[in-house]
Amino acid sequence: MNECLQTIQDYGLRSLGFGERLLPKTDITLCEQVTLIGSGLVWNIYFTFFAVLFGFAAATLIAVAKASPSGLLSKPASWFVFVFRGSPLFIQFFFAYELFVMLPKVGVSFELFGIEFGAQTQWLTKAWLGGVIVLFLNTTAYSAEIFYGALKVVPKGDIEAAKAYGMNKVQTFRRVVWPTMLRLSWPSYTNEVIFLFHASALVYFSSFPTWQQSGDAMYYASYFAKTTFNPFIAYPIAGGYFIMGTLCIVFLFGLANKRLNSHLALEAKSTFRFAPQWLR
Amino acid sequence: MCGDPSTLEGFQWLICYLSTGKHQKFYMSFLVVIGLLIAVAPLALAMGFGGALAKRSKILPLRWLGSLYTNMVRGIPDLIFFLFVPIALDQLFEMIRHKIKCPEVTDPIYQGNDFVVCAAAKLPLGNADAWVHNVYGFVMACIAFAIVFGAFAANTIDGALRAVPEKQLETARAYGMTERQTFWRVQLPQMWGYALPGLSNLWMILVKATPLLFLLGIEDIVYWAKELGGFKSDRFDYPHPDWRAYYFAALMVFYLLTTWVSEKFFIRLNQRVNVGRVGGEL
Repeated sequence: MNECLQTIQDYGLRSLGFGERLLPKTDITLCEQVTLIGSGLVWNIYFTFFAVLFGFAAATLIAVAKASPSGLLSKPASWFVFVFRGSPLFIQFFFAYELFVMLPKVGVSFELFGIEFGAQTQWLTKAWLGGVIVLFLNTTAYSAEIFYGALKVVPKGDIEAAKAYGMNKVQTFRRVVWPTMLRLSWPSYTNEVIFLFHASALVYFSSFPTWQQSGDAMYYASYFAKTTFNPFIAYPIAGGYFIMGTLCIVFLFGLANKRLNSHLALEAKSTFRFAPQWLR
Repeated sequence: MCGDPSTLEGFQWLICYLSTGKHQKFYMSFLVVIGLLIAVAPLALAMGFGGALAKRSKILPLRWLGSLYTNMVRGIPDLIFFLFVPIALDQLFEMIRHKIKCPEVTDPIYQGNDFVVCAAAKLPLGNADAWVHNVYGFVMACIAFAIVFGAFAANTIDGALRAVPEKQLETARAYGMTERQTFWRVQLPQMWGYALPGLSNLWMILVKATPLLFLLGIEDIVYWAKELGGFKSDRFDYPHPDWRAYYFAALMVFYLLTTWVSEKFFIRLNQRVNVGRVGGEL
């Protein structure tokens, strides 16, 4: 038990670069596997959190643009959604990484801003920024499609009632359309976030390199599976962590769902159902 | 025409460059992707059907197994299955062969950081040709894909079976059909209409999951895009800077075209299936 506490001290924050430098190579214990894979999960949560945080806002804008009667707005929005939903996330990672690598070489303003700007373009090739950007764009497209589907079925009567009350367009959207859109799309959006969480496991398997062996949960799981030649321990541990994360998402989004539905009669409430069409 | 690449220029250079032996292998690797799709789709459908039946079975352990199978993909990323299943199956097969082929070896199979079976139990055998290794890897990948997508299909088919109106089944029973007859003659034929939107989505997901073949060590389109796009110095016949971004852009276009064509196809199919049904468009 004491040994395990020591391991947790050594490797608990290894994925962030703290603690013991060398990863365990021989006589790998169960405790070491659980600790390191768990420490890697921080990255999966980080990727998911920031992609969802920015993706939620962007997806609302894209959905509104796609539903707009003006072709100038709806066409680009539809294309954005089509490109990111129609191609594999895995390829998007590779493509974006190669683009990011090319950036400093073709950057014109690179020398004008000196060191500061140079450093910034370099960050894009790191998983913590580049990975989040790709996941952000990807989840924006998927969520926008969900929100767009909900926008189309917001009851016409609601909007008319809002107009009758003298609300202007912004007020109507803010107070009537947007809450209804969220309520209708929330079960699908929960699925989307779950699958985004799962997809965050892909970051370190695409081009984004790990630095000083600081990776996500799947990076450590595959490291252990490779070094011990035994997939039966590391992968189930990683799977267990992902199940716990999924349950947390279901719980948190369930709370939000309750709030969105709080004014409705019991049978009208929308509930969470597993829908794999939001898987990438 | 492509005798001496260094003398070629412009368009002709490009034509010759795009028809090198390695590029032909790259084009052939698209067939690997299509082959995987063709092999996995019916396998996954069969596994999904079995999973859905198991979940609705009257035998409790079988029902548990079905529930476990359909639920596992909800919480665990598909990537874990793609990485886990091929190695796990490979070790399982080798372990069984080890027990049968060399019973005289009593050493443990897991020795420290090694997995040791006797030479005769290796899969494929150590002296096998390269293509045997490739085919073996491909079959393993197909099984992994079939397991994951079978679980998704099981969810869809189970949901579709539930969606068949209860009144239809009651009518069937009223006509004196047995449970078995009701299932095969009424519930199952009706189920397909409900399952089609879900299954067409699964096809899209399957298409978009094919690049993960790369992670299983198969020389697929991602492998060749990385290989061909990388920086080529003057020592190569066709030197060029890092072109990987262009190769991956080409792969993006390939996938976008595939999903676009599939989407159009499924919209047509859905219309056909729903002809004559009340509330047809699901």
